[in-house]
This record gives sequence, structure tokens and C-alpha cells, in this order.
Amino acid sequence: MHMQPELLQEARRQAEICNACRYCEGYCSVFPALHAERAFADGDLTQLANLCHNCRGCYYACQYTAPHEFALNLPAALAEVRQDSWQAHAWPRGFARLFDRAGLAMMVLLVLGFAGLFALSQMLRPESGHGFYAYMSHGVMVAIFVPAFFLPLCALAVSLRAFWRTVGGGAVTLSALVQALQSAGQMRNLKGGHGDGCNFEAEDRFSHARRHCHQAVLVGFLLCFAATGSATLMHYLFGLEAPYGPLSLPKLLGVPGGILLCCGAAGMVWLKLRADRTLGAVAYWGGEMAFVLLLFLVAASGLVLWAATGTSAVAVLLPLHLGAVLSFFLLTPYSKMAHGFYRMAALLRDALRKDPGMR
Amino acid sequence: MLKRNEQYDVVVIGGGNAALCAAMTAARTGARVLILESAPKAYRGGNSRHTRNFRCMHGGPLGPLVESYSEEEYFADLMKVTGGKTDEHLARLAIRSSEECLPWMIEHGVRFQPSLSGTLSLARTNAFFLGGGKSLVNAYYRTAARLGVEVQYEAEVTHLELDGNRVAHIDYRKDGQARRVTPSSVVVASGGFQADTDWLARAWGPAAKNFLIRGTPYNRGLVLADLLEQGVEQVGDPTQCHAVAIDGRAPKFDGGIVTRLDCVPFSIVVNKDAERFYDEGEDVWPKRYAIWGRLVAAQPDQVGYVIIDAKSLNLFMPSVFPPIAANTLEELADKMGLPPAKLRATVEGFNAACGDTSAFHPTELDGVTTQGLTPPKTNWARPISEPPFYGYSLRTGVTFTYLGLKVDEKAQCSIHDTKINNLWAAGETMAGSILGQGYLAGFGMTIGTVFGRIAGKEAAAHAYAT
Repeated sequence: MHMQPELLQEARRQAEICNACRYCEGYCSVFPALHAERAFADGDLTQLANLCHNCRGCYYACQYTAPHEFALNLPAALAEVRQDSWQAHAWPRGFARLFDRAGLAMMVLLVLGFAGLFALSQMLRPESGHGFYAYMSHGVMVAIFVPAFFLPLCALAVSLRAFWRTVGGGAVTLSALVQALQSAGQMRNLKGGHGDGCNFEAEDRFSHARRHCHQAVLVGFLLCFAATGSATLMHYLFGLEAPYGPLSLPKLLGVPGGILLCCGAAGMVWLKLRADRTLGAVAYWGGEMAFVLLLFLVAASGLVLWAATGTSAVAVLLPLHLGAVLSFFLLTPYSKMAHGFYRMAALLRDALRKDPGMR
Repeated sequence: MLKRNEQYDVVVIGGGNAALCAAMTAARTGARVLILESAPKAYRGGNSRHTRNFRCMHGGPLGPLVESYSEEEYFADLMKVTGGKTDEHLARLAIRSSEECLPWMIEHGVRFQPSLSGTLSLARTNAFFLGGGKSLVNAYYRTAARLGVEVQYEAEVTHLELDGNRVAHIDYRKDGQARRVTPSSVVVASGGFQADTDWLARAWGPAAKNFLIRGTPYNRGLVLADLLEQGVEQVGDPTQCHAVAIDGRAPKFDGGIVTRLDCVPFSIVVNKDAERFYDEGEDVWPKRYAIWGRLVAAQPDQVGYVIIDAKSLNLFMPSVFPPIAANTLEELADKMGLPPAKLRATVEGFNAACGDTSAFHPTELDGVTTQGLTPPKTNWARPISEPPFYGYSLRTGVTFTYLGLKVDEKAQCSIHDTKINNLWAAGETMAGSILGQGYLAGFGMTIGTVFGRIAGKEAAAHAYAT
């Protein structure tokens, strides 16, 4: 795995200063993990970088930030290494460069997806079908989205396997997995140790805004995913085809999911606009913002599509929604979406570090 | 041109812990409060930025503190480190008040955490700030803003005009302009004078020019000097300061906690002539680090060199700069600018004086001592024999000075044996009223919090009475 040595070296310089201070020990999982080391190998730094949730508590509490000559900015140093680690582990290798142009890639895929799906729905419009199946048959959708969903996941699996080697992960235990899931489920690392939340949108003021918005996105996304999953099961196991009524499982999951996702993503955009960009990987701010906007578009277009059922707008809204979903799926391993997978791996690695059975 | 500001009830000079405690306390009574902080916002908070805990009396488990810590035990700890040079009345007042301070601190935004790794011995006596002193300072500035306290940064007070036994007005500079305020009450909480190395040199002699200042470069003692020149009562010996031995490569100012070196007990320490000068193993490091500042200050060029070998490298907390490493003593001497033959002779002499090291225990007084060596090393004496060899340079790092304003139990200042009826002092600038020498970890924040609150309360009450 080839990572940029100057980014690693800067993170190492800062981690060594942090290790001599230790005032931030209580903020998050990064510091206990950092203080357990005396020297920082590239893999250690990669692990710390992916464990960091960018809560910024350490930055605002730090007596060594610029203009001090030590010029600490650990959230930014770790964000740079984190971003670089995703690129270094991306597979196939050639796609790693998509990270550098995430916003552009999303736009291009969105436009191509929309245009292609629109053309397809016009050319191969089914003889019969209800709801959106009147525009595109189930078979066509499956033919497009099954590979568009599974191939990126396979690519990610290859990346994560390599990442696991980089960070020195061993055999996974059930208790470590449970701990990692609990940590992610509560976004424990954005609570600030004292439970007052993190620093993000208003300098050193602690708030739960980012944690709540992130969880709205995460839960909303999972609900939407569950809605699609339940619809698939209903289709194949019970022969119940879309469109589904308002009290059906896909709608009961999907509508609140879509609303949560919209609200969460909108909140994240608002927070991101207020936060100090220099405490993250500055060059990737645009790509991250594009990713949040794409998530918003996926959810919002889905909700609008549902509201427009039966109208002629579906002809346009369906390809728009599906185009957004396609862009999102295909770029999962090469955009900010990848963070969720690497973050889970890092949390798992950290839980294993603390697991007495592993010592 | 002098510019007349709006009327304030209380002006607090300084922007650290004591100043903020005074400002918040006064503001809570409804007073209009202005803080004049000489540092820019990024460096606000004085030495409080570098602190990390608060020593607190408690009758039972309290917040992060376990068990209990009585007034008597606390006072006894203080007497031990100050060698009896303590004002018992004020010290006991600080100790007794500390217990009610801790919940007050939490109420005003401070968050505590369990003792940091490597400091477990303090879990009973000292409450650690989550994120350290700057996070405390940040929380207090936020609370102060909510309470309506106004803050001016880069506002350097140049003069307090004394009119008999009251302060008539305050002159300060901001944005290149001379300004004046005429508050009803004034609280001085602007620290010691340690960042003024000329003043240090007047007290210490030219050696002081080689000292490093561990904290803020903004504590130059301008207000202290102005008040002392006008005859305000002073306390403390100008040569007394809290000084420790820190990494010689540390920045001149503001190096803080990360420049400390904990390796002395496992080393030999030599001066620039490669000669040992003191028992490195006299006691456990937390009880000895504060004397090494003075020991190093007494050596030629005020510099020392710590020498360890490979087997000791992982026995102490890492510090900010990596050690200088070499495969032979001569190479190490070269890299550190020491006479190589002399260093080898000193190390060989030391090694020959080491005896049975089987009882070596890094965290206890192990009695592993040298025989027939002057000065001896009375614990942890193991030969320096296993390459690579490592070295650090040591310099005197001044934390704060003790010369300050004399106050009474109401934090009030005096002039010619009369109270100055609208001037109070809190924090490092009056700590000499309580401690004459020595230092107890976390006690500076106790003095700042207790006397800051007293000063704020008294200052506001005076403002209402006039």
C-alpha cells in the first residue's frame, strides 16, 4: 500500500506531541489508542486516522495550535491521512483518482445515469405495468441495479481486506464486533467524552447537532435500504409487486427513511457550511459536500417520485431518482461513502486492541 | 488621545482562570464587567492554558475525585513542599473553599475526566480538566459571554492611577490607541512577571537570560510593576519562582507540558564539562522535578545533559523531541557538544560504582545505589552500558514567579498599611501571599479559582455600594 510519506510524517510529528501531552485523553477513542504507542508506524497512523471522527474537540482544547510554533491541527492531519488511506487502498487501482474529482464524477454519472435511464424508459417502455413499472420493467431495473450494487461492494471488500492488513487487524471476535457496532450506533466518538457533543459549527461550543444529523442520515439510509430489501422479498417470495400502498412495509420503512435522510443531509450541509474547513482535508471539502448533496437528492427524488405517482412527471422523476441512486452506488468505494466502511473497520480494530482476550 | 469609554462596574485585568472566575462572579450579581486581556484571542488565558488540574479538598467522593482529602492532609502536603513558608490563614481559606469550587466550576462549563494515564497517583487529590486548561478557559469565556461580560483582547494595561487609597482610572492601549476606563472596582489577575526576562535577570543575575519560560509570553508583569512602583504592598522574594528542568530544545516561551523530561531518575546528568553534580536518584520524579530547575540554573551556561542507555528508553513518558542517539559515548558527546573523553571517564566511573542491580524497580525507591561515588546516585543506579546511548539537554524552565501583590482574606490590596478600597487581586499575581516557595501540583488553579471568586464578589459589592 503506497501512502503519501509527507502526510504520514506530519501526522507522526503531531501524534508525538500529543503523546507527550495527553490532555485530550478523554475526548474520543483516538487518544487512548495513540497513548498506547510509543512510536507510530504507518499502519498505526492509518488506524488512528480512520478512528478519528473529526469532532475537533482536541483542536479547540489544544494550547499548541497555530500561531504556536508547534502548529498542531490533529483533526486536519488525520483527515489528510484518512483520505489518502482510502485512495491508497482503492481497488481497482485506477479508480483511486475518482476521489480527487468526486464532485465531478457524481455529476457526470448523475447526468449519464439520468439520460441513459430516460432513453431506456422511452425506448423499452413496457406494454403494461403499474406505477413506475409502466416506465421501466422490473427485469430491466434488476439487470442494471444488481451489478451496480454488488460490483462496488466487491471492490470495497478487496480494499477493506488490504486495509485490515495495513492496520494489523487479526481475527475478529464477537464481543469486539458488538462494541464496534455500539460505538457506531451511538456515534460515541462525537459525544466528546463528557456527553456534551462535539465542536464543529461554532468553534469551541459543544453541541450534538452533527451527531444527530449524522445519525438521521445513517438511520434514514438504513430504513430506505430496508424498504428496498422488503420490497424485493415481497416481490420474489410473495409475488406482491409494486406499487405498494401507504401501509405496506416498503412504504412504512421508506417514507420515514427518506424524510430522515433528507433532513439529516440538509442539516449536514448547513453544518458543513458553518464549520472551519481547515480542520479537515481541505482539498476534499467539495467532494464531501457533493456526496451529502447526492444523498439528499437520492432521498428527495424518491419522496417526490412517490408523491407524483400516477402523474406524467414520473417519466422524468423516475430516471432522475434512479440516476442518483446509480451514481451513489457506483461511487461508493471511491467517494465519502467509503468512510462508513473504513470507520467500522477502524472501530473494530480498536475494540480488538482493548479486548483483553487479544492481549 | 485619550478616549473615554462607557462606565463599567468592574474591570478585570487579565484573561486567565482567576480573571474569568472574578468576572463571572461579578457578572452574576448583575454588574457590568469588562475584561482587559493583553493577549490576542488565540493566546488568551495566560498560563491557565497550560494547566490541567485543580487540587481539591473533599469529605467524600466528589465528581471525578475518589475517597476523601481532608483539610489537614491538604495543608500538610502544602507545608511539606513550601518548607513552612506558607500563610496558614489564607492557605486554609483556599483549601476549605476548594470543595465548593468544584461544583461551581462544572456549573460554569468545566468538564472533568478520570486521571490521565501516567498520573494515577493524583486520582484522589486532583481533578483533571477534560481537554486541559485551554478547554477550561474556552468554557469560561463562553459562560462569561452568556453572563454579559465584555472582553477586549490585545488590550494592554499601561497604568492604574492611584488617588490616595483608591484607583481613579485605568489606562490601556488597544489598536494602537491610548484608552481610559474609570470603573467603580478593579480586579488585577494578570499573572507573574516571568516573561520579562530583564526583570528575571535583575532578580537572578545574567544567568536568567538562559532560562526558558514554560508558559505565556504575555505575563510581563506590567501591571504588577506599575502598582509596586506606586507603593502598593508587595509580598514574596523576587528570586523565588517555580522552575523545573525541561528539554533544552524547547521554545523560549510557551512550551508547556510537552517539554518536560521524566528520565532523570534512570540517567546520569552531567554539566557542559561532562561532570555529574547531583544525586539523580534522590526520590521519585514527581517529588524531585521541581528542584532540578534550580540545580541546572546553578551549572555553567545553565545547561545540563541527561545520558541514558537503551535499557531505560521506555521507562518514562515520551517527550516532544526525540532523544539524541548514538552507538558510542564519544559519538553522543560529539553530537551534544560535550568533551568525549571526559564523558567516557564520568560514565565509566559511575558504572564502576554501580553494584547489584537485581532489585531495580522503576516506579519505587529501589535502593539500587552507587558505592563510593560523589555525588552518589541513591536509587535506580544501573550502569550506562547498553548501546545505543541517548541524550537530552536540560534547561531551566520557569513556570511562574512568586513576587506579587499582598492581599488579605478578601483578596483586597493595600498601600501604606491601608486598604485600597476598590482594588483586589487574584491568581498568580497574589499567590506569593500564600506560598513563599515550592509548589503543589494543582494548587495554582485552586488559588486562582478561590480568590478569583472572592475578588469578583467583593468588587461587585463595592460597585453597588458606591
